[in-house]
Amino acid sequence: METKIIIAGFGGQGILFLGKVIAQTAMLEGRSVTWFPSYGAEIRGGTANCTVVISDKMVGSPVVRNPDVLIVMNEASLDRFEERLKPGGLLIMNTSLIKKSHRRKDIDVIGIPANEAADHLGDARSANMVVFGALIAKTNIISQGSAFNALREIIPAHRQDACRINEAAIKKGVELIDNKEGKDL
Amino acid sequence: MEKKILMKGNEAVAEAAINARCRFYAGYPITPQNEIPEYMARRMPEVGGIFIQAESELAAINMVYGASAAGARAMTSSSSPGISLKQEGISYLAGAELPAVIVNMQRGGPGLGNISGSQADYFQAVKGGGHGDYKLLVYAPYNVQELWDLTMKAFDKADEYRNPVMILGDGVLGQMMEPLIQTEYIMPELPPKQWALTGCEGRQPNVIKSLYMREGALEERNLVLKVKYDHMKGKEVMYEAINTDDAALIVVAFGIASRVALSAVRRLGNDGCRVGFFRPITLFPFPEKPLSFIAGPDKRFLTIEMNLGQMVEDVRLSVNGRSEVLFYGRSGGAIPTPEELYGVIKKAL
Repeated sequence: METKIIIAGFGGQGILFLGKVIAQTAMLEGRSVTWFPSYGAEIRGGTANCTVVISDKMVGSPVVRNPDVLIVMNEASLDRFEERLKPGGLLIMNTSLIKKSHRRKDIDVIGIPANEAADHLGDARSANMVVFGALIAKTNIISQGSAFNALREIIPAHRQDACRINEAAIKKGVELIDNKEGKDL
Repeated sequence: MEKKILMKGNEAVAEAAINARCRFYAGYPITPQNEIPEYMARRMPEVGGIFIQAESELAAINMVYGASAAGARAMTSSSSPGISLKQEGISYLAGAELPAVIVNMQRGGPGLGNISGSQADYFQAVKGGGHGDYKLLVYAPYNVQELWDLTMKAFDKADEYRNPVMILGDGVLGQMMEPLIQTEYIMPELPPKQWALTGCEGRQPNVIKSLYMREGALEERNLVLKVKYDHMKGKEVMYEAINTDDAALIVVAFGIASRVALSAVRRLGNDGCRVGFFRPITLFPFPEKPLSFIAGPDKRFLTIEMNLGQMVEDVRLSVNGRSEVLFYGRSGGAIPTPEELYGVIKKAL
């Protein structure tokens, strides 16, 4: 079983960090995983994306054309990556910033108002973790408990307040799916 | 089991070098390997080593020459265009029989090219690159764990053979993160560096040079080097072979391309197709004998590379006409997908 995820947005939205937390979580669950970033002339406000592949065997290609899951945090990323999602794949989009609708009819789509949810929690930067929560609740790729453990390993000890905010954001994302506030679009 | 950590390929190389007691690093920035000098800039001072951001690639490789001549474990890293600039220094290192580790995280070429992953420096790495009759020991890791393991091994082999060793990676391998077990470094027994320039008080001066002007002297030297390279051929070949015995078609690939190929080969295996997989881990010495042993009229080979056909020449030389050798390559930083290679391999069956 191999799951391929592409996460895309603009620089500063924590795109690479979200990928890293997913990768760390998968590793803690004993899976093989690769994380591959867009690199080079990346700047804040520019585009950022990364690819995470989770597998029971050593991951083959860390570079993916057609992912099983696509997470888009802004409109430009939806435009760029929607066509590449596998038929039957899952699209998670940040409806706080994406006002247009998707074009594909052969995929599952959920919309999460990630920025609004993060603002309510008091830290706009945690929108990425709200989306992560939605991914955890919507799929069985990784568990919430392992995600919290992964965060504790990634975030340095002197910044444990950041851990609490991120955990709250993940819980919020899970809640949005469970309460159906995260819309099936 | 030791703890797994998530680490970028470039950082794994740098920490592995520190772990293997490399205490001198000189380099000049270039994408996609900048995490190596960045990491070294932070770590070297912590372990009492020296980090220098040199004024150029030429300066960096010649600083490595100096540090190595003085007996230090020394390393430099760069990416394709920067490695081209280092070729003169690499030839001098080989000529002077100085150990050093050179990391090439390849990017698209020729020229300034692009910053995507590539394997177009195969010829440069294994066929010389610089001038003169010389060889590097060349390792081609395919995941972050192998980057770690082979970087440490590279320092030992460099010292053992008094020869520069190259780690030939690429942008994808350098940039990606993957779980890694940071295994302990255990230094093997190595000959003392009695040749090093450590100050000659109380002994005859040592001379480190690659200039041999007396008639016949250089040929004598080169024959000594050849004996060394022949030893490497006998002792240092590394490769991985999967299902090569009962397969009619064997995919040959190295480094990151071999991972993409392996994805496709596994899928074909699940479909019930008989496809073998052969991955050279050392590019020099090339696994000639193992490939030659597999070859025969009932076998065909398909070499897959991220270039327009370089290693395939060594596969053909190894097979020596006894099997058909096909080739598929992507160039200019294009990275093949598993789906694409699945189609290519299936068509070749």
